[in-house]
Amino acid sequence: MNDTHQDAFDKITGTVGDVTVDNPKMRLSNVDVFYGDKQAIFDVSLDIANNEVIAMIGPSGCGKSTFLRCLNRMNDTIPSCRVTGQMSLDGEDLYGADLDTVLLRARVGMVFQKPNPFAKSIYDNVAYGPRIHGLASNRAELDEIVIGSLQKAGLYEEVQDRLDAPGTSLSGGQQQRLCIARTIAVSPEVILMDEPCSALDPIATAKIEELIDELRQNYAIAIVTHSMQQAARVSQRTAYFHLGKLVEVGTTNQIFTNPSHELTENYITGRFG
Amino acid sequence: MSTTTILLVALSLAFVSFVMGRQKAYSIARSSGGVSKLHSLPGHYGLMVGLWCALPALAIIIGWKLFEGPIVSSMLDSSIPQAVHDLGEKPVDLYKNEINNLAASGNIAAEPDAAKQQAATRLNTLRSYSAVALFLLSIAVAIIGAALAYRKIKSNTRARPIVERIIEFFLLASASIAILTTVGIVFSVLFEALRFFSQVSVIEFVTGTKWSPQTAIRVDQAGSSGSFGAIPLFLGTLLISAIAMLVAVPFGLMSAIYLAEYASPRTRAIVKPLLEILAGIPTVVYGFFAALTVAPLIRNLGEHIGLSVSSESALAAGTVMGIMIIPFVSSLSDDVITAVPQAMRDGSSGLGATKSETVRKVVFPAALPGIVGGVLLAASRAIGETMIVVMAAGLAANLTINPLEAVTTVTVQIVTLLTGDQEFDSAKTLAAFALGLLLFITTLILNVIALRVVRKYREQYD
Repeated sequence: MNDTHQDAFDKITGTVGDVTVDNPKMRLSNVDVFYGDKQAIFDVSLDIANNEVIAMIGPSGCGKSTFLRCLNRMNDTIPSCRVTGQMSLDGEDLYGADLDTVLLRARVGMVFQKPNPFAKSIYDNVAYGPRIHGLASNRAELDEIVIGSLQKAGLYEEVQDRLDAPGTSLSGGQQQRLCIARTIAVSPEVILMDEPCSALDPIATAKIEELIDELRQNYAIAIVTHSMQQAARVSQRTAYFHLGKLVEVGTTNQIFTNPSHELTENYITGRFG
Repeated sequence: MSTTTILLVALSLAFVSFVMGRQKAYSIARSSGGVSKLHSLPGHYGLMVGLWCALPALAIIIGWKLFEGPIVSSMLDSSIPQAVHDLGEKPVDLYKNEINNLAASGNIAAEPDAAKQQAATRLNTLRSYSAVALFLLSIAVAIIGAALAYRKIKSNTRARPIVERIIEFFLLASASIAILTTVGIVFSVLFEALRFFSQVSVIEFVTGTKWSPQTAIRVDQAGSSGSFGAIPLFLGTLLISAIAMLVAVPFGLMSAIYLAEYASPRTRAIVKPLLEILAGIPTVVYGFFAALTVAPLIRNLGEHIGLSVSSESALAAGTVMGIMIIPFVSSLSDDVITAVPQAMRDGSSGLGATKSETVRKVVFPAALPGIVGGVLLAASRAIGETMIVVMAAGLAANLTINPLEAVTTVTVQIVTLLTGDQEFDSAKTLAAFALGLLLFITTLILNVIALRVVRKYREQYD
């Protein structure tokens, strides 16, 4: 870390703003994440609320994606990664002995940066989750789940007459909506999105953003984004990360119009990042 | 003056002209204000001069060597006594052979007469004249070529496209040699096979169920007229290959999945090379392992449970062959499984799938076309395998699908038909070429399918 980095790092002494909400869906306190010997997240606490989109913003490498991956324990798949702190979903400890990551990930779904449809048909992509979790007892129920999920993801109109076509044959924006439909199909309670629009053009992005706004009615959503306009458009609360620390949390309106921390203001006004 | 010396001299000349050409380009660059003023890099000019020096000289050497033999030989005709010419073509060839041997080593079986001795001396003289002439001619051509190219070097000479064109031509020539060899093999097999089919009908060969290639050497010999039904051989090949694939595919695939998905990098670094050693064991070693260890084991086991097992069985050969081709399946499958993007695995585990569900339902189907390609390549290997079968499965052409009996395969029959003292005009020997042709077509079809499947897989993720 060079001097200016160290200065900025030292300047962040705690999180500005209230990290808690009443009646949280997920509560994370004092989370530290290490990759081998290198610490990537420093003492971050944050609540995720129901029926709300929380945006996580910050410069590249600030730890926002790492933090997001703690929420459904996707960091487990990285062998050198170690996570400490208290994390809970509806009061249930995420790292408790009796928690099954398989069930956790069914409740906390994830949409990735790059659309990653399976090498299967559109129908089978969406039916994948319900099938492995045994959510449908017959074909009719499965059809209902698949079609319902595609409708909720705003994709059904475009693909209804070619559900047998491979998922990879869709355009980038359609693929990403297919991945959202796939996530919705297992009826999660929380949806995590890791820069879901970074590989998409503006029109596809607008569609996804519209969709995120609709999904808020039923799910708690946490979205990592590089685009401040996107954070401003889709989220109700915004968390600003810098160098692995959570600098400031507040309503999106407050963060973008009246940030309290100097670093947040610098980032929002485009002085760096 | 041997050809090697001439070649070496030509190559050193080419190197010298390369250096000189580059030097001239540098000096032009210096006087006109830097390398950027030249059309091409100095190295290109050097290469241009070097290639102009080497290529014409090489062409002269190759052409000379192609025509030297016949010309010298016809010049020798006058040295052969008229009496020998009167006897016809074969004695002339024989006479020439003796002269050749005499010229090369100084002695032949019979005591050489004066005429032969003289002819041999003349031959040696002719040859050394030819070598000196070739040397002078090729060096002259090399120097003229280099000088012409050297004079052409100016700041605006387009050396780069010329060099690129020549390099492209070289690559094309190398590729053509491989293809021409394949074509040559196909035709040599094809023509011999056609000779066979003029004696035995194609229908009998393809549909006959009895293989007994003994033909009478003498007209009055007792015994067989020979029957050439290839079905028992192809059935035997099919049986042994099927057993081999039954062993290789499950074990190979599962070890590939373990290595690609579960093993830690350290385990993988140790296990993968160990597994690939299997492919490096000579097949003859597998052969006696099959014949001396596995076959008796199978026979004893069979006797214990009351089955009659012949001491050479398709099962023994097939099992050992399967072990041999495990690395073909596992290595290729491992590659395609590792090539499945990590994003697919993340997507699946992000939906709450377990590791084995992810492997079974996402990774495996995505890698399937590549795996099929690997399996088909392994199958061609199994079909072509000979040594293990010779040693462990026997030579008896039984028409059976019982894996406990002795069978034989196409490749084994080809070996037995062509080894030993054979005349190359009997149906028995020619049958080997017909079998070879049929086998070649079979594995060719398998390979084409495998390549198609692999290509389809490539399109999916690019």
